[in-house]
Amino acid sequence: MTDSKYFTTTKKGEIFELKAELNSDKKEKKKEAVKKVIASMTVGKDVSALFPDVVNCMQTDNLELKKLVYLYLMNYAKSQPDMAIMAVNTFVKDCEDPNPLIRALAVRTMGCIRVDKITEYLCEPLRKCLKDEDPYVRKTAAVCVAKLHDINAQLVEDQGFLDTLKDLISDSNPMVVANAVAALSEIAESHPNSNLLDLNPQTINKLLTALNECTEWGQIFILDCLANYTPRDDRESQSICERVTPRLSHANSAVVLSAVKVLMKFMEMLPKDLDYYGTLLKKLAPPLVTLLSAEPELQYVALRNINLIVQRRPEILKHEMKVFFVKYNDPIYVKLEKLDIMIRLASQANIAQVLAELKEYATEVDVDFVRKAVRAIGRCAIKVEQSAERCVSTLLDLIQTKVNYVVQEAIVVIKDIFRKYPNKYESVIATLCENLDSLDEPEARAAMIWIVGEYAERIDNADELLESFLEGFHDESTQVQLQLLTAIVKLFLKKPTETQELVQQVLSLATQDSDNPDLRDRGYIYWRLLSTDPVAAKEVVLAEKPLISEETDLIEPTLLEELICHIGTLASVYHKPPSAFVEGSRGVQHKRLPGSAGSGESVESPDTGSAAGASDAPPAVIPSQGDLLGDLLNLDLTPPATTGPPPPATSGLQLGAMDLLGGGLDSLMGDESEPPPIPLRTDTPQSPQVLHQSPSPPDYSPTELGGDLGGSSAMGAGFGAPPPAAAAAPFSAPVSGGLDDLFDLGGGVGMPMGAYSPPKTVWLPAMKGKGLEISGTFARRAGVIQMEMTLTNKAMSVMTDFAIQFNRNSFGLAPAGPLQVLTPLSPNQSIEVALPLSTVGPVMKMDPLNNLQVAVKNNIDVFYFSCQYPISMLFVEDGKMERQVFLATWKDIPNDSEAQFQIADCRLSSDAASNKLQGSNIFTIAKRTVDGQDMLYQSTKLSNGIWVLAELRVQTGNPNFTVCLKCRAPEVAQCVFQSYEAVLKN
Amino acid sequence: MIHSLFLINASGDIFLEKHWKSVVSRSVCDYFFEAQERATEPENVPPVIPTPHHYLISVLRHRIYFVAVIQSEVPPLFVIEFLHRVVDTFQDYFGVCTEAAIKDNVVVVYELLEEMLDNGFPLATESNILKELIKPPTILRTMVNTITGSTNVGEQLPTGQLSVVPWRRTGVKYTNNEAYFDVVEEIDAIIDKSGSTITAEIQGVIDACVKLTGMPDLTLSFMNPRLLDDVSFHPCVRFKRWEAERILSFIPPDGNFRLLSYHVSSQNLVAIPVYVKHNITFREGSSQGRFDLTLGPKQTMGKAVESVLVSSQLPRGVLNANLNPSQGTYTFDPVTKLLTWDVGKINPQKLPSLKGTMNLQAGASKPDENPTINIQFKIQQMAISGLKVNRLDMYGEKYKPFKGIKYMTKAGKFQVRT
Repeated sequence: MTDSKYFTTTKKGEIFELKAELNSDKKEKKKEAVKKVIASMTVGKDVSALFPDVVNCMQTDNLELKKLVYLYLMNYAKSQPDMAIMAVNTFVKDCEDPNPLIRALAVRTMGCIRVDKITEYLCEPLRKCLKDEDPYVRKTAAVCVAKLHDINAQLVEDQGFLDTLKDLISDSNPMVVANAVAALSEIAESHPNSNLLDLNPQTINKLLTALNECTEWGQIFILDCLANYTPRDDRESQSICERVTPRLSHANSAVVLSAVKVLMKFMEMLPKDLDYYGTLLKKLAPPLVTLLSAEPELQYVALRNINLIVQRRPEILKHEMKVFFVKYNDPIYVKLEKLDIMIRLASQANIAQVLAELKEYATEVDVDFVRKAVRAIGRCAIKVEQSAERCVSTLLDLIQTKVNYVVQEAIVVIKDIFRKYPNKYESVIATLCENLDSLDEPEARAAMIWIVGEYAERIDNADELLESFLEGFHDESTQVQLQLLTAIVKLFLKKPTETQELVQQVLSLATQDSDNPDLRDRGYIYWRLLSTDPVAAKEVVLAEKPLISEETDLIEPTLLEELICHIGTLASVYHKPPSAFVEGSRGVQHKRLPGSAGSGESVESPDTGSAAGASDAPPAVIPSQGDLLGDLLNLDLTPPATTGPPPPATSGLQLGAMDLLGGGLDSLMGDESEPPPIPLRTDTPQSPQVLHQSPSPPDYSPTELGGDLGGSSAMGAGFGAPPPAAAAAPFSAPVSGGLDDLFDLGGGVGMPMGAYSPPKTVWLPAMKGKGLEISGTFARRAGVIQMEMTLTNKAMSVMTDFAIQFNRNSFGLAPAGPLQVLTPLSPNQSIEVALPLSTVGPVMKMDPLNNLQVAVKNNIDVFYFSCQYPISMLFVEDGKMERQVFLATWKDIPNDSEAQFQIADCRLSSDAASNKLQGSNIFTIAKRTVDGQDMLYQSTKLSNGIWVLAELRVQTGNPNFTVCLKCRAPEVAQCVFQSYEAVLKN
Repeated sequence: MIHSLFLINASGDIFLEKHWKSVVSRSVCDYFFEAQERATEPENVPPVIPTPHHYLISVLRHRIYFVAVIQSEVPPLFVIEFLHRVVDTFQDYFGVCTEAAIKDNVVVVYELLEEMLDNGFPLATESNILKELIKPPTILRTMVNTITGSTNVGEQLPTGQLSVVPWRRTGVKYTNNEAYFDVVEEIDAIIDKSGSTITAEIQGVIDACVKLTGMPDLTLSFMNPRLLDDVSFHPCVRFKRWEAERILSFIPPDGNFRLLSYHVSSQNLVAIPVYVKHNITFREGSSQGRFDLTLGPKQTMGKAVESVLVSSQLPRGVLNANLNPSQGTYTFDPVTKLLTWDVGKINPQKLPSLKGTMNLQAGASKPDENPTINIQFKIQQMAISGLKVNRLDMYGEKYKPFKGIKYMTKAGKFQVRT
């Protein structure tokens, strides 16, 4: 007799038959019928038509029957709300039953019936059950509050259930405590700021006591709750750690991982020289290793978390490399994760072992895994310098296997190795060239072409090799086409005599026969460069490349910190902050690691740029490109035409741009016998600017293009590891050239302290003002924008009745009060006035953005003048962005909206610069140092709520700073940059 | 917390669904099916799958996917652990965990799931407690129930649930008081071509079957407790006492339970009980390959290696194999290319071997990959780590229990590369 019999009745009158059975007098028959109903329900059949009949069976002493009816009710009450009311009475009665099991069951089931009308009746029984003498009922009731909250949050608050729930945290029974914590945590999730779980040392103590005695699941809830607490000092931190450590030996892996989270977080507060700190580190390793012997699904989650942990604290698992070795029957998702961690743990000490393993993996069957293994060898070479040679020879061995995808993958990684160790392993090029024909994947082809172009001078038949690729130029993917173009130009610069034809061929292929804008633009640029100044072309195209950084895929430190706080959660599996994927409006609080005691630990190395590149493809949408373009064109293109012959060119682009603009085509016929000038199309003058904005193709040589284009970092993003430094390039004068007059604003001596304010300049000369001279400046003092003016009477008569008005302007500046000139201004007298300004006036976009048109009236006449204010005075005091928010925003803003500027001749250290900028409300959020270059990440907020994010790069010993600005309103970038310059130089 | 559960069989049918909160449409499983389609092997389906509104967390056991649906941030391990617990409970109740068994007992399954989770929060997952709430179906009980009309749902609150020893019910009575402990060690190892050990580690467990009257308090001590530096305990074990004295002190649950599991890492020297001599070669240009395999015992402390089973995934190019085993039987599945050789016991005087040729597809090139050899074996009366129980004492009760301890070593993932 099994339950499967319930499935066998598939006759037509099934429902009818069941109905009859349900209404039978015989208990046994009834029960059988209910079982049949349940069975149909489980397989998804609709048996809701039987609702009244099933509910009729509810009033019974038979517990099993009761439970079955409850099961049914929970499923169908929603669809039959009116009928469900029929059940209420039984529920209320059951809540008074002497048997705690029945009381609990009733309150539990009632909470599961998601019908508004029922919830009203639920309140009273629930209140009683929350205070029930039996802890089993109390703990069930605690969960019920969470259920009710999910259905009707307001009701729960009005009825004061939340407070009762908070009281339960102090309950004598650990199970009740655990459930109360679980319920509160769930409720708190939908009320991020409700402060429901108000943790203080007393409650923490209670939780820790309950932790030892409650069930494994309760322990998880409590540990997760503990992880949200921030201890007051390192001693408290240590005592919590001590009480949590025994959980590491729990059989339930979720308990273990939650305990690891608490420890990882609180460890931050412990001084590193403490003995206990070392003990704790040692204790963390074994449980993590043990997780890897569990079922594969558990392993996967554990590995994703270990990946975070080894990035934060590599010392914990540095001796445990072997447990990450891949077994051939591991599921693929486990294999790939293990591989990742192996590379993270690779060091000089264990590299030999790791390499031997990786080589072994490269002969496995699974193609994805093999590819990743080959890549891993390349990453090892880049990470552990001492092993590079070994890695290269391993890769060569693999190439000898002639397995197609292994060879291709190997070539891709060898290219990276060349980038990291230039002029070291070029001897292998010959071997690589042998495999030219077998390459059919674009990435591998592009890599090979890059290698040929880069080392053209050492490859005798480089021209032949490249020419062979050229034959099918139009069938290649963009990646390969671009690479081929660059490689041939390189080749030409290195061996100009033999390869003229080739370069001409590729240039015409790229510019005339291709409809890909990126390819065409790059083609034009090379063409211009080559035709105008080959020396400059050489400098640009063959520029020294910065080495690629070793850790290309580390998680950005602020994100890592946040993820460490989320160990064991979905966030840790996805390596994304919860805010990035948690559903809907539930605001998620960003968690941070507590500051560590007594450590000046420098932040680990990764860079934001690469993090963005590694995680997801950057969003390719360009907002309002038209506007932006218009702006830039306005700003840039006019001045050079009037400034006459440009100074001797240092940057190829500048010269190229000049030519295009001036239309001086005759100068294109340079000293060499060069390709003929390009037929100028109507749109060509724009092309350098267009390139600035356009989403860039993936490229292997960011420097070259970076050099060309003044470093749009999108160019770099396509490449695995674009060190932002790649973009440091002789920046295009054309962009800033036209604004010289604006820079004048920034000249002169400024205030030593506080917000920068430019010196006063004459706005209204006496000539135009009928004797009234106005000079003035703007300042931000204590959060108030002030227009400070000196009014001088150079006329012969007394001036009175001063008034001031502004025209509509970009940021809605308006006088906050009348112009206070109380006494009449007698001849030859000056008066200082400070006019507070508000930013709530009418708005109209001005050109330039910071232009302000002012009308001043006195007893003689009305005078008009315009002046430009430094945008820095609009920087508000609360412009400091949260690190995570910053990071997210930075990634979120498309690279095209990034503008880069150079500040020449600024002799400040990065710290001094940071201080100075802070005075003007430009806040430094993070700083890191890469290769002697300090990167300051800064944010500032304008009075109208526009955020501007900046990356300021300061190279020690180099007086030229580079500022990269990202803003959702790219128009302001120029003005912000001026402020940067002005502030830094004063 | 856990929203819903779907059980999906190997052919992709959802044969059971259970919702603990509002009902989630089973169409959510389409995302799972997509992932399943992408995966080459059933076990390669990723355990965590995001969908626009939910997350699907799944485990595969007994060729059934247990797919949990969650909606908010829930620790995935918590869900996975819970799912495994569900499977264990089914197995415990029905003897096997198959689609047929679940369908046969669908009402009990439903009652169990309802009892295990409330609003997505785990309620009762200890098998001891569950069995008090819902009695496992036995033939006898079903018979009795049908005759007397009584039910298999407990009417009383489980006694253990709220006491300080939630894992043990009160009022246990036995006529024969006995306590058996099984020390079972699994050895995971990767051996490279040349026979040297790349990694080897031991996963050990002590499973207990304790049938003792009343509230016995047991202590178990080891000859060499220092081996156990990485352990996970059953909640009944007093951790403080272990930390201080390296003695296991506990009030045991009633019946079968896992007292502890431990892990002896690769840093300790792990003895490898068997060795393999192999010669599997393919020659370029020839459509035949040679296969030559010999097994032998290594460090077994004189104990016999039994139930040896060798399996190897041969390269895809192999059409069939013509082999000659010195003992046992072998099979080669030409579809999956899986070679299995059931060796039986290794006789140290006459080492088992499997020799012969493999036929390749005519004209196919030499296979790139080298097959890995997987070995399973058992060794009775020995724990390969050398762990030994010193003594077991009982306090708190007057009677004298019967005590027993058994050791066994098994191969876990024991792989030899060629």
